[in-house]
Amino acid sequence: MIELYLFLVFMIVAAIIATEIKDLLAAVISLGAVGFSVAIMFILVQAPDLAIVQIVVEVLTVVIFVAVILRSTHIDETVGKKIAGTQITAVVLFSVFAFLFLFAMFKAIQELPAFGNATMRIAKEYIRLGLTQVGGANMVANVILDYRALDTLGEATVLFTSVIGVVALMRKSGRKK
Amino acid sequence: MKGMSLIVKSITNVVIGFIFIYGIYIILHGHLTPGGGFAGGVILAGAFILRIIAFGADAKGEDRSSLTASVFESVGGLLFLGVALAGMAITGIFFLNFLPKGVPLALSSAGIIPICNIAIGIKVSAGLFSIFLAIAAVKSGIED
Repeated sequence: MIELYLFLVFMIVAAIIATEIKDLLAAVISLGAVGFSVAIMFILVQAPDLAIVQIVVEVLTVVIFVAVILRSTHIDETVGKKIAGTQITAVVLFSVFAFLFLFAMFKAIQELPAFGNATMRIAKEYIRLGLTQVGGANMVANVILDYRALDTLGEATVLFTSVIGVVALMRKSGRKK
Repeated sequence: MKGMSLIVKSITNVVIGFIFIYGIYIILHGHLTPGGGFAGGVILAGAFILRIIAFGADAKGEDRSSLTASVFESVGGLLFLGVALAGMAITGIFFLNFLPKGVPLALSSAGIIPICNIAIGIKVSAGLFSIFLAIAAVKSGIED
């Protein structure tokens, strides 16, 4: 439990570094540190399926980011500029709404079951009947591809849509010079 | 996109087959061990991207790979949807696991789940690879 909090503090520090540092390559590396911490946290709470996906996706994202940065600029020119009057208003408004949100979240969290003691009304049935009803040894696969397969179809559609979006934005042929 | 040095190319030649086999293993054993179509598909896409980064590709090769990737993306999606519709055609319920369940822990068990994993693996690897190709190709188009 304590190691989860350690990783949480590390992630917050790395995320702040990623937004505030001037060198974009260093920012991408600290973003990668955040992602790999998430992967380690998944392993610590015994979710290896998510950890595998997180590690591989994180490697790919960092590689793509580094490839883009190596071919463009290294310096983030927005860091360290003087703060204008409108920005101060924005920061104040953001602080007020963030405080309200955190207060509401704190109230909501009190109602939730304690960490690691979920009520699991449906999940208990999945775990009890999954092996006999579906036959897969990996319970995650049983849930996402049998009990909740329609959700997975929607997820596949989301990926399809995002690929179409990227390819349409980045295409070479048919754009006006 | 230009290729990288001889060291990178040699190491890529050695490891790329292992990465590929590992990705296929993760997909095929998705119903037995942690992993599945999405994780394995991302690993396969990583192998393709490693190949392009290490050896490079001219604009022609990128266009050809891009076309192949989009065909495979659609094939994966249609295979997944086809399994769902087959369940509807045979039993009347969308996405019903209509195949025999088999012995638990055997490679050919759990009905439609391995087929769905293969479909998602094809779809995810082709999709991520075409995203990478789109980003790489627009850059080399500016340089030309």
